[in-house]
Amino acid sequence: MKIKESPGERLFNLVIILILTIICILVVYPLLYVISGSFSDPIALMRGEVQLFPVDFTLEMYRMVFRNPEIWPSYGNTIYYTVFGTLINLFFTICAAYPLSRPDMFGRNVFTAVFVFTMFFSGGMIPSYLLVRDLHMLNTVWALVLPGAISTYNMIVMRTFFQTTIPGELVESAQLDGYNDIQIFWRIVLPLSKPILAVMALFYSVGHWNSWFSALLYISDRSKYPLQMILREILIQSNTSEMAGGNISDQEIVGEGIKYATMVVATLPIMCFYPFLQKYFVKGVMIGAIKG
Amino acid sequence: MSAHAANRTAGKASRFRSAAKKIVRSKYLYLMLLPALLYYLIFCYYPMYGAQIAFRDFNPIQGYLGSEWVGFKYFLQFFRSEYFFRLIRNTIGISLYDILVGFPAPILLALMINEMKSKAFKKSVQTIVYLPHFISTVVVVGMMMSFLSPGTGIINQLLVACGGESIHFFAQPQWFKTIYVFSGVWQGAGWGSIVYLAALTGIDPTLYEAAIVDGASRWKRLLHITLPSIIPTIMIMLILRMGSIFNVGYEKIMLMYNPAIYETSDVISTYVYRRGLQGGEFSFSTAVGLFNSVINFIVIITFNKISRKVSDVALW
Repeated sequence: MKIKESPGERLFNLVIILILTIICILVVYPLLYVISGSFSDPIALMRGEVQLFPVDFTLEMYRMVFRNPEIWPSYGNTIYYTVFGTLINLFFTICAAYPLSRPDMFGRNVFTAVFVFTMFFSGGMIPSYLLVRDLHMLNTVWALVLPGAISTYNMIVMRTFFQTTIPGELVESAQLDGYNDIQIFWRIVLPLSKPILAVMALFYSVGHWNSWFSALLYISDRSKYPLQMILREILIQSNTSEMAGGNISDQEIVGEGIKYATMVVATLPIMCFYPFLQKYFVKGVMIGAIKG
Repeated sequence: MSAHAANRTAGKASRFRSAAKKIVRSKYLYLMLLPALLYYLIFCYYPMYGAQIAFRDFNPIQGYLGSEWVGFKYFLQFFRSEYFFRLIRNTIGISLYDILVGFPAPILLALMINEMKSKAFKKSVQTIVYLPHFISTVVVVGMMMSFLSPGTGIINQLLVACGGESIHFFAQPQWFKTIYVFSGVWQGAGWGSIVYLAALTGIDPTLYEAAIVDGASRWKRLLHITLPSIIPTIMIMLILRMGSIFNVGYEKIMLMYNPAIYETSDVISTYVYRRGLQGGEFSFSTAVGLFNSVINFIVIITFNKISRKVSDVALW
């Protein structure tokens, strides 16, 4: 059905395009500014000469960032915490989501209620801290990966996926073939569930990559700090002097440039993966939205 | 459930036997569930048990049960403290400001994206607006601090260039909430719009065709078809958002605030962190945290009830 648009409707269209374009500029400009700032001469940056593109292109800021002896080890820690943590997340989330997705499981409503209740009520920060301390997990990777092993929201999304995409007949016929439920999950359900596993792995790994607060609570040994904790010191507490070297006025001049370069270094991996993974992220939110 | 109904007529013993049979039949599912159940018991329910130290003078050597019971002493101490009113005011104030600005933003964005006919334009807008969601809070706060810094920040350079005066945003209490809320919109509105876009794709296209035949303009179609169709989604999101009104993003606040602006930025959770983990007052801060959890829980139940009455939409 093609109907000629009235002038009013064309105006309506134009206004929306204009607003959306402005929104996109507002979103992108700060990011571009950070990138340009990181490649600019710090004096030009301080004078406000950087507007869109780098001024007096230089890689000096990055050289200073790489001079920081703590950035690379913390980068390594974050990769380790992200990979290990995501595996733990997937294991535990599956263990909850699959049984709860099976209509023939006795008592599944009770278990679901017990699990979902934790979304709305918790013991709080201090009892959780005391628990982690009493389990002797302070300053270990376990403190960062176990307390948040299941996001109940993600678990419900995964359960919904199992319920809506795995045909019940498939499970029944496998039962007739003498498979037990774990075999059914491993051989039949898992191969059909790659999309949801990808989505969950992405959600959880972005969470681990960007997380800093559990490290603040549970990690005091600097050699075990994740990247975000080091970033916090550089960006928020402005500890850039060690990297800048030289005298105090020099340090002040290069400080901002160092911060921008640090932001780029820390965010680059996610930004590189983002365009390829975008459709998976969106899919995950969509599955969640179906349930409402 | 019909099997269950049939059992009701039979004796208790047979009901028990059939339940036992079902449990045996599901034994592998239980085995699978076991790690998850242990996780919830240890990391979610045990801390709830541990929260009893709010009612005790907690002493690590005597443990949870051995420490002396003091009843509501720490709660009263909190209610009477000079910070009580300020913490409540800030917590609710930040939440309401955030709901007022941050809640409609993704809805408007989704409606605008939905109105676009060009697939390529739509896709590019979506790619761009989702992006900030993936930047860490530390980096976002770091960016704001750099942009808003009094000497070298681009915002202040702009202000000065326009003849204004440089503002020390992060040292002035009146700016905190605005920075918090609008940086949140910048980072989250795009991502938040996905839920609404999902709801919008579910609208029956024949509704629009009929409206076009009836001569409804695009504006009218938006108002009378599109908007009503996503009201249930909006309601669910609103219940969730209102339910967490006492649950502000304290991780971000902790990165943003400093003693000079505690007046407007200190919220219950940040106070719990400072008194409990920095100050070591475990019982007092647990009491404050428990007060927060209970209020939270009451609020979400209330909003769920209201919504069920008013609009038939509810979480449970």
